[in-house]
Amino acid sequence: MAFDDRSPIYLQIADGIKNDVLSGALKEDEQVMSTNQYAAFYRINPATAAKGFAQLVDEGVLYKKRGIGMFVSPDAREKLRRERRERFFTEVVDPMLAEAKRIGIEVDEIVRHLGGAR
Amino acid sequence: MIELRDVSVRYGSTVAVEGIDLDLPTGKIYGLLGRNGSGKTSLLSALASFRRPSSGTIRVDGRDAFENPAVMRQTCFIRDTLDTNESDKVHALLRFAGWMRPSWDADYAAKLLDLFEINPRKRASSLSRGQKSAVGVVLGLAARAPLTILDETYLGMDAVARAAFYRELLDDYLAHPRTIIMSTHLIEEVADLFERVIIIDRGRLLLHEETDELRGRGVTVTGPAAAVDQFVAGHTVLGEQSLGGVRAVTLDWRPDPAEVARGESAGLTFGPVGVQDMFIHLTGATR
Repeated sequence: MAFDDRSPIYLQIADGIKNDVLSGALKEDEQVMSTNQYAAFYRINPATAAKGFAQLVDEGVLYKKRGIGMFVSPDAREKLRRERRERFFTEVVDPMLAEAKRIGIEVDEIVRHLGGAR
Repeated sequence: MIELRDVSVRYGSTVAVEGIDLDLPTGKIYGLLGRNGSGKTSLLSALASFRRPSSGTIRVDGRDAFENPAVMRQTCFIRDTLDTNESDKVHALLRFAGWMRPSWDADYAAKLLDLFEINPRKRASSLSRGQKSAVGVVLGLAARAPLTILDETYLGMDAVARAAFYRELLDDYLAHPRTIIMSTHLIEEVADLFERVIIIDRGRLLLHEETDELRGRGVTVTGPAAAVDQFVAGHTVLGEQSLGGVRAVTLDWRPDPAEVARGESAGLTFGPVGVQDMFIHLTGATR
């Protein structure tokens, strides 16, 4: 992943790993990279990487095994899906409807289009 | 911990550094940022004990640093002159560094020379500006000094050499954690490596915080002038420009997602402010 200036890198790291958990690229109970491996791979300061991982431990997405490393929590995927679902309408659908309104696309037209995706 | 208390550096009536207080926990990579003439080199010279502060104290792990052999053995300060006799050959420079420093890694130095394609039999005087900087990088990294200070150690290096420098800096730091303080004007290309940034302006400390706090600390709001004005009211404005009825305002404020959504529904767009942009706004705003 490439980092941008929109938010602190540690949040972008956390989001990236969450996306990997959601997509199944990271499986439950699978070990994630160490912070040093992560820092070396993405060319960032290891403290920044560590902060991203710590955030994920706080949120229960990852868990630590002392002396071994960090792993994906067994319920992480389900939990993230639930959270994202709750935000889906406010963060994805509402902005789309606002854009549709700006450019004069009727809701009926959107519904017809969505019908084709079924 | 490196502690600076009320440190000032004066040259006659010229004040280069004034009343700086800093607590720098060891083992981190720091970026020292400041405009030309802001006092970076004077501050680093004092930090490295190359110069006694005109007033104030500098303590490294609780010990007074100036003319303290125990502290100096642990300190490596690289500046653009390389502090050498111009007629010295590169291999002599490295040999000398090896004598001076118990932590010197000759194999690593040889590997770095190779990486930067520098012939060790060349004299310092015959090196280009970029090659001289590369030798500075070799001296600075291979010393593995617990306190490594690099003062704009990239001058004249091309993009490929700088990328190699940053790669080695990070990899060697990961393998051998230590305190690294580096000054730079090339903020964008190296900011991701800094755990913390220190910004000085006209000799005074402007800011010392986590680099990641600076990233995403500000925002640029663009849209119809009236809507922008209404939205940004009450926040610190770092810069603004207008073109016709459109206004773009840079703020020292990070709106939460709900506020962004509110702004977007009023026809505003939001843009990021990177570390370098933030630096430009913070140090350029008052001039």
